[in-house]
Amino acid sequence: MLEDIYTELIAEHSRATENRRQLPNATVKERGHNPSCGDDITLEMEISDGVIKDAAFIGQGCAISQASTDMMIELLRGKKVDDAKKLAELFINMIKGNITDDDALEPLDEAAALKNIANMPARVKCATLAWHTFLNAKDLELKP
Amino acid sequence: MKMNGHRMAYLDNSATTQKPESVVRAICGYYGGCNANPHRGVYELSVKATKIYEDTRVKVQKFINAKSPAEIIFTKNATEALNLVAFSYGLHNVNAGDEILITITEHHSNLVTWQMVAKAKGATLNYIYLDADGNLSEKDIAEKLTSRTKILAVTQISNVLGLKNDIKTLAAQAHEVGAVIVADGAQSVPHIPVDVQDLDVDFLAFSAHKMLGPMGVGVLYGREKILENMPPFLSGGDMIEYVEEQDTTFAELPNKFEAGTQNVGGAAGLSAAIDYINSIGFSEIERIEKELTDYAIDELKKIPYVELYGCNSARDNKIGIITFNVKEVHPHDVATILDSEGVAIRAGHHCAQPLMNYLGQNSTCRASFYFYNTIDDVNRLIDAIKKVRTVMHLN
Ligand SMILES: Cc1ncc(COP(=O)(O)O)c(C=O)c1O
Ligand SMILES: [Zn+2]
Repeated sequence: MLEDIYTELIAEHSRATENRRQLPNATVKERGHNPSCGDDITLEMEISDGVIKDAAFIGQGCAISQASTDMMIELLRGKKVDDAKKLAELFINMIKGNITDDDALEPLDEAAALKNIANMPARVKCATLAWHTFLNAKDLELKP
Repeated sequence: MKMNGHRMAYLDNSATTQKPESVVRAICGYYGGCNANPHRGVYELSVKATKIYEDTRVKVQKFINAKSPAEIIFTKNATEALNLVAFSYGLHNVNAGDEILITITEHHSNLVTWQMVAKAKGATLNYIYLDADGNLSEKDIAEKLTSRTKILAVTQISNVLGLKNDIKTLAAQAHEVGAVIVADGAQSVPHIPVDVQDLDVDFLAFSAHKMLGPMGVGVLYGREKILENMPPFLSGGDMIEYVEEQDTTFAELPNKFEAGTQNVGGAAGLSAAIDYINSIGFSEIERIEKELTDYAIDELKKIPYVELYGCNSARDNKIGIITFNVKEVHPHDVATILDSEGVAIRAGHHCAQPLMNYLGQNSTCRASFYFYNTIDDVNRLIDAIKKVRTVMHLN
């Protein structure tokens, strides 16, 4: 059970540093946090022509929240905002346990590795923090 | 009790304790046999409910050695008790330019409340910080407790560091400058004998659920002279004497502060909880908790990647609470891994964010004991902690 959550892949993503930075040309900046857990991230994105050109984050929190944020950034970078929103909804539905079919989850790529969090109610918020933060971000549609 | 297939080591007693059967039976007994609205009926059942409630008040009075049952006010928890003091005493006795003094170790319930009073009245909220060993800075106390201080609000035992504050000395110092002292007893009353007359405190707040009793009942002790001059906190039924269309006179103490139908089932549970604690005795409770705490600190100190907070103080000043971190692992991951081994601890800011900032931590792990814990529970904690870094692929 625990091994299904704290996989090597998730441990690596939780400690990865490439996506931990600020973007000089960010058009979107959104902070999200879990008061109960202390996970706290600020997501930055550079969006132009409806495409996420670059994304990065700064913040701190548990391995699950940090790995999930890192994975989301890698998944969404280069995607159209509309497609990115669909992916975020798919991810949240996976964590809620609404979608379990592996084929349906394929678009999530590595982020599908967090599927088992669906069985850990206490950690659901950690896994979904980045994705909710993205969906909550204002100015997603803003044209520079 | 089982957790994730293991016999559970419940080490989150500072959050809430487990309940003995006698407490559960007392609550069931009340609802099963004596349920009626107290104070309001003339029929036998209501008289019985009133008796249970008022007998519990006397039991609490004796438990903390208050002078009179009128000084014991039932609330829903320690938080509501502290709010009662803040709103009913604080708002009416603190003025612009006055100061309120608290400590950096306060639980949010004894901190945000005073922030609100200070903001509402244009008063200043000052903090007593800590010495290197985690105890309150004598220097801060000497400098910040002055004739401008109207209220000194201090926890008797920190829910993060487990360190005992010398409330008796602080009370004397507060009275010398004309301030009242509000003691937060949420973590002390369950674990050490508390005598409000000996401590000479003006207010003391605590919760039944942290001392074997049910959730939903708390106690505010207040010095009778002070309570008498305070306006009611909540208004409504049971707290009145005469009500006319435009005016009301209020009931005597303690009913003045107990508006609406009260938690009699909860009081029945608290009464049984006090009986249980008395049957064991504080000297035994303190002996067991000290043994567990000392053993756990000694064992944790042997693990090179465990950081301890508030564990450098003299040991006789420390009770039942150990706060720590595992290097490079977030407390929530530690708690999840311990949970999978059947060990229940708390991770987070423990409702003491200013203290976390002061310690330079975002959050921490906390193991807290009660007298029913065993050395085996501590060993389970230590063994589980030793697995954490492996699970996180750090070794
Ligand atoms: C020191 C301290 N004060 C106050 C409280 C608040 O207690 P309650 O939540 O029962 O009102 C707690 C418990 O969390 C505590 O540890
Ligand atoms: Zn988390």
